[in-house]
Formats: sequence, C-alpha cells, structure tokens
Amino acid sequence: MKSIKETIAKVLFTAAAGISILAVALICIFLFASGLPAIGEIGVLDFLGGTTWRPAADQYGILPMIIGSVYATIGALIIGIPIGLFAAVYLSRFASPRVKRILTPGVELLAGIPSVIYGFFGLVVLVPLIREVFNVQGMSLLAASIILGIMILPTIITVARNAIDAVPDSYYEGALALGADHERSVFRVLVPAATSGIMAGVVLGVGRAIGETMAVVMIAGNQAVIPDSILDGVRTLTTNIVLEMGYAADLHREALIATAVVLFVFVLIINIVFAVLNGRSKR
Amino acid sequence: MVDVDLSALKEEAGEAPAAPSKTKIAVKNLDLYYGDFHALHSINMDMPENKITAYIGPSGCGKSTLLRTLNRMNDLVEGCRIEGEVILDGENMYARGTDVNRLRKRVGMVFQKPNPFPMTVYDNIAFGPRTHGVKDKATLDEIVETALRKAAIFDEVKDCLKKSALQLSGGQQQRLCIARALAVEPEVLLMDEATSALDPISTGRIEELATELKKDYTVIMVTHNMQQAARVSDMCAFFLLGDLVEFDETQVLFSHPKEKRTEDYITGRFG
Amino acid sequence: MSDTAKATVAAPRKPHRKTSSIILNALVHLAIFLTVAVLLIVVGYILIMGIPNLRPELFAFEYNSDNVSMFPSLVDTLLAVLLTLVIAVPLGVMAAIFLVEYTTRGNKFVKIVRLTAETLAGIPSIVYGLFGMLFFVVFLGWGLSLLAGCLTLAIMVLPTVMRTTEEALRAVPDSYREGSFGLGAGRLRTVLSVVLPPAMPGILGGIILSIGRIVGESAALIFTAGSVASIPDSVFGSVRTMSVHMYVLASEGLHIDATYATAVVLLVIVLLINALASFVAKRLTRNEE
Repeated sequence: MKSIKETIAKVLFTAAAGISILAVALICIFLFASGLPAIGEIGVLDFLGGTTWRPAADQYGILPMIIGSVYATIGALIIGIPIGLFAAVYLSRFASPRVKRILTPGVELLAGIPSVIYGFFGLVVLVPLIREVFNVQGMSLLAASIILGIMILPTIITVARNAIDAVPDSYYEGALALGADHERSVFRVLVPAATSGIMAGVVLGVGRAIGETMAVVMIAGNQAVIPDSILDGVRTLTTNIVLEMGYAADLHREALIATAVVLFVFVLIINIVFAVLNGRSKR
Repeated sequence: MVDVDLSALKEEAGEAPAAPSKTKIAVKNLDLYYGDFHALHSINMDMPENKITAYIGPSGCGKSTLLRTLNRMNDLVEGCRIEGEVILDGENMYARGTDVNRLRKRVGMVFQKPNPFPMTVYDNIAFGPRTHGVKDKATLDEIVETALRKAAIFDEVKDCLKKSALQLSGGQQQRLCIARALAVEPEVLLMDEATSALDPISTGRIEELATELKKDYTVIMVTHNMQQAARVSDMCAFFLLGDLVEFDETQVLFSHPKEKRTEDYITGRFG
Repeated sequence: MSDTAKATVAAPRKPHRKTSSIILNALVHLAIFLTVAVLLIVVGYILIMGIPNLRPELFAFEYNSDNVSMFPSLVDTLLAVLLTLVIAVPLGVMAAIFLVEYTTRGNKFVKIVRLTAETLAGIPSIVYGLFGMLFFVVFLGWGLSLLAGCLTLAIMVLPTVMRTTEEALRAVPDSYREGSFGLGAGRLRTVLSVVLPPAMPGILGGIILSIGRIVGESAALIFTAGSVASIPDSVFGSVRTMSVHMYVLASEGLHIDATYATAVVLLVIVLLINALASFVAKRLTRNEE
C-alpha cells in the first residue's frame, strides 16, 4: 500500500523532470519544422548571405540582421565589460561590508527592471540626446548598444564578482606579502585567477544582449540595412521577428521563424561556450 | 590495562542469570563492499536480546559500517553491496521482499551527531508514530510523554514541547533523538557513537539511560571509547580493518582477551 | 632590502603608490559610480516623470483608447503570475526533488535533464514567444490566450524554479534524511515532511525571482497571450500584461504621459518584488547562521 504511493510519487517526480526534455524537444521540432523548409526554399546562401530583406518582393536575406545583432552585441560588450568588470572588482575587493549590503540589491534591481522600461527610457532620454548631440535621427546602433550595455551590466557584475570572490584569500595575501599594493594584488593576481569565471559572465551577457528584443525594437531604428556608422539605424534578428510576425503570412512568416532558428543556433553555441567556461572555472 | 574496575564487573556477572539469553540479531557470513573496497570480511556474530552489545575498534575498522547494516541504513550509500545474512528474530532482513521501513521501525537508530529535525520537540517525537499511521491526538500525546520519560528528558522539556528542538543543548538533543527513536517502539536500538559529540555529564546520562533501556530493548552501540564499552556493555566485539577479531562477554574480553591484537588495542598499543 | 626596512619603520607615511595603481583605483570607483548612477537615473527619471501623471482614470475599470486605463492590465498581470506559478512551481519543485532525492550519480537521464534545463535557461524570450505561438496558439488551436501565454512563461521560468529548489534541497543536511529513514519513514515521507520544510525559504526565493521575470516579460507574450486590454472571461481569453501594455503605449507614442505613469506602476511592482526577494534572502542567511 505504502509502496504504491512511493511508486506513484517517483513516477510523478520523474515525469516532472522529463518536462524540460520534452520542452526542448518540442521547441526544436516546431521551430525547425517551420523554419528549415523556408531556408531550403529561399536557399541557404540567399537567406544567410542575402543583404536584401524585402518580403513584398519575396527577398529574404537576413545578413543585415545577423550583422545588426553582432554589432549591437559588440557595442553592448564595449560598454558592459569594462564597467561591469571594474564594478565587480569594487564590490568584491574594495567595498566595505556595509556598502556591499546596500549596492548588491541595487545591482539586482538593475537586473530586475523590465526590458520595456529600459526601452522606454532609451526612447525618451537617450534617443533625443543622440539626436541633439549628433544632429541625426537618434534611433540608432549607438542607442541600442548603450541600452544593451546597461542591461548586461548586472549579469557581468554578478558573475564576475562571484568568480573574484571565489579566489582564495591566500592568493591576495601572497601578493601583498611580496610588497604589491592592494590594486596590484587585485588586478595582477585575483582578476587573472578569476578569468574563466569572468569570461563566463561575459558570455552570459552576450546571450542576454543577442536575445534582447523589446528594448532594442523601441530604440534601434529597425532599418533592415547593414549600418554604415553607429549613428545609423539597425535591425537585429530578434527585432526582425517581433516587427513583422504580427502580419506575416506564408513564406514571409516561415522566413521569420527561420530567423528564430538562426537565433536559436547562436544561443546554443553561446550556451555551450558558457558551459565549458563554467566547468573550467569550477575546477 | 584500561582503567576498569574489573572486580565490579565480575560481581555483576555473577549475579546475571546463568542461562544464555536468546539471540536477537544474528549476522551470518556478512561481506560488505563499497565499490571495490572490501569493508567487512565475513562477519559472524549473535547478539543477545536485552543486553548491550558494544562494538569497539580504531576508526575505519568497520564497526559503524556493520552497525548500519543492522537496519539497512547502508542501502542509502551508493555503491554499497552486501553479501551474507542478517537475521532478526529468525528472519533474514536482506531477503527479497523485506519491508525496509518496517524493519527500521523495529530496529531504531541514534546517530553520532544529534540530528533533531527543525521542528518542535513534540513534532520530532510524534514524527515516527505519525509515519506509521498514528493520527489520534490523545494517543500521540501519550506516546510523546512516554518516550520522553523513557529517555529521561521529560522533566527538562515538558514546558517547551512546542518550541523548536534546535534550541535544546547538545546533550538534550541527543536524548531527544533517543526518545524519538523509542517513540516508534523499536525492539532493537542502535547507537552509533551516540555520545562522541557530547560533554562528560551528558555522556554519563546517556550511559545510564542505555543501561536502563536494556530491560526493554536490545541495545547495540558503537563507541570509540573503551572505558564506555567496559562500563556499560554486556557483550563486546573488537574490530580491526574490517575483521571481527574477537567477540565475547565484556568482562572476559577486557580481562582475558584471547587474541593478541585485542590485547594490544585495549592496552593502548594502537588506535 | 634596506628600503623595505625603512618603509616599515616610517609607518605613518603613506607608502609610495604607483601611477598604475592610482589609475586602477580611480577606474574601479568610476565603474561603480556609473553603475549606481545609471540605476538612479533610470529609476529616478521614470518616477519623477511618471508620478505627476498618475491620474485616477488610468485605473478605470474598463480600458478604452481615451483613458488608456492600466487597470485591466494589472489584473491580467496578476492572473498571468498566478497561472504561470500554478503550472511551473509544482513541476519545477518536483523535478528538483527528482534530481536531488531520487537519483544516483552518473545517471544518463539526469544528465539530459540538466542539459535541457540549462538550454531552456538560455533561450531568448522572443524564441519562446514564437514557439508558444506555433505550438499552443496554432497547433493546439487555443488562439491568443491567457493559457497559451502562461504555459509559454511556465516553460521559461521552469529552469529558475528547478535550479533554486535544487540548491535549497541540497542545502538540507543529510543527517535529517538519515534521522527520518532511521525511524522507518519512506522516501516520500522523508522528502515531504523533513527535507522540504527547511528548504521552503530557498524555494520561495526562486518563486519570487520567477514572479519578477513574469512581470517583466513582454516578447514571449505578444504572440501568445496577445494584447487585448481586458480582463478575460476564461483562460482562453486574450490578455495584456503590464509590460505588454507598456510596450503598446510606448510604441503607439500617442499617450506619452500615460506611458510614464504606467512605467511608474510597473517599476514600483518590480521594486516591491526585489525588496521581497532580498528580504527572503536575508532571512535565509540568518537561518543558516
């Protein structure tokens, strides 16, 4: 009687654990089933390498979006990595416990602010600012990079800080004992020792930046053209989907799903890199 | 020689009934492996009912491992494999179809470190009976009080039954754990170095308690403390590197060990 | 050698500092200053611009394109949070129980479960949105609906619930499990009565984290739950959560004042959730001491 209960429980728990397998399988099946035929129909090269996205003329080249995503992500990293890394160093090795107690929830809040609020903030503050300063339209790669840089900041800070926290104090003390000052000990000994952890944070940040949609769509301008300067508008893989999915049909719709497939593959690669780095930093 | 009052032991032995007591647990040709490691080598021993049997030996000798096979706690250890039989009242507990939970109800266990659950004192004691189906409030109240009384802790905790058990002192926690084990009305009580984490006064109390409990229960204890084995046990087994070296009445083992290795250990040449 | 000795003797004098160290020190402080400044500016700006615009008609019971009331969206958000948690929490907690309490090392199934959970954690929300649209909305034929949106969100937060629960269960000492098994309790009773209660604060932390994600999510909802700003009659009705509402208003650009006000309310909700999360986290660390 009791063992029946136990058996039922075990089956339930196992089934629940299986849900994540089922979910990933379903996501793959449904995305690939709709996306891959479209890629086949358009032609792999025309799809991935085509520079013209004009659904009305059945032209579906997503190279501008791939480049847009890559540019926006690089822009975000240029802003996010230095600030994030130095801020992580501050929180790990410079701040007093009291300051840490105040700032840590602050960083968490930065992570908790919804994308739409960042996007809206970018729209009403950053875009007009860029318009004034550079005398351009304002919605641009630059605006997207800055907002994405801010959005990945908490990710990089948190992961890098944990990595630096995890370096044994004896390393730091050893450096001090050799006559190095605090800054030198931290940056020459602790930070290098935490490299894989910090890299894991950066990779996680890349994942967040490349997957972000709503904040970017509000401020990036969304022209499906490879940008010439950081002040030009840009369209990313994610925004391509959200902009046109609402009304797309037939091949157009499938081309958008294929865009998601490309994005999905990007993210899988990032995940694998992250898993490898994470495994290394734990060792 | 260990500082033991042998004359007192002998006197007590003289009073004991001459008839050999009934065997409660018998271990037959027991071999135990952790993965490739052969931890216990074909152990054979009969543990008598209503006596205290003590296992002694240096750490890593397998005494705790053997104790944990007596209520199949080793089942929880990954890679642990057992050959041979452990017979409780004539039934092999490793036979197919044994209800392990019922077995553990019959063979209770007290652990090295007191491990009260993070619940109230009352709920700690009531956990076992509730597990085995007692729902009636009055019955539970009675079981709780009886168990606490048997474990000689009732007077200390009767006013704080609804408080967290984690607030008790280490010694009180351990007696609470004994009470918790008694509340399921076991037949055998296994004590795995139950006093090693406690101060001398608490240790003394638990030793007294063990002596008291053997009237109703069969007690088997592992101890790293030879004086304790000599003070409280009736039977004593000495283990070394997974072998049962010697098993005899306590006073015999301590006064006339048959094995050189036993003598070396109890006279403190190693361990 | 003698230099070092001198430096030690002349204790009150500040040791000679390298220029590189001074620069590094300045950069470290600049970075944290910028981080805090960004936080204060974003939050401060939204609050300052939005609070004066909080007018009663924004909370009218019915939404229309004149009053752009956020009230239906508030209710929809609450419904979405509840329904998503009802689906994701039991599944995530049970899956974590399986991973911690029911498995042996080196189990293949466990490895695949972990791998897929990590994969789920990295998938962008717009991809979830598309999947939800293809599967729940179109394939299962539920249309744009609360249920389709919440199931999509549930898959999204599942790895969060699983991970936090797993950590909380692993933090429960094995001695509790031993004690319970030693009393003849089975695995199920041990898990439910002995292991789960002390793990509750950790699980709660994961749930709060999930609430934050649900409230902030928009990309996964637009193509699954839609954007009808009304309280649905059933789980098959379309809804518009606060974040989606915020997006719709901002991209229409017609009601900029109302958009600020909506942003304030959304931000305050997020602030409250974060405060709750750090409160629970504090309780958690205190319990461990």
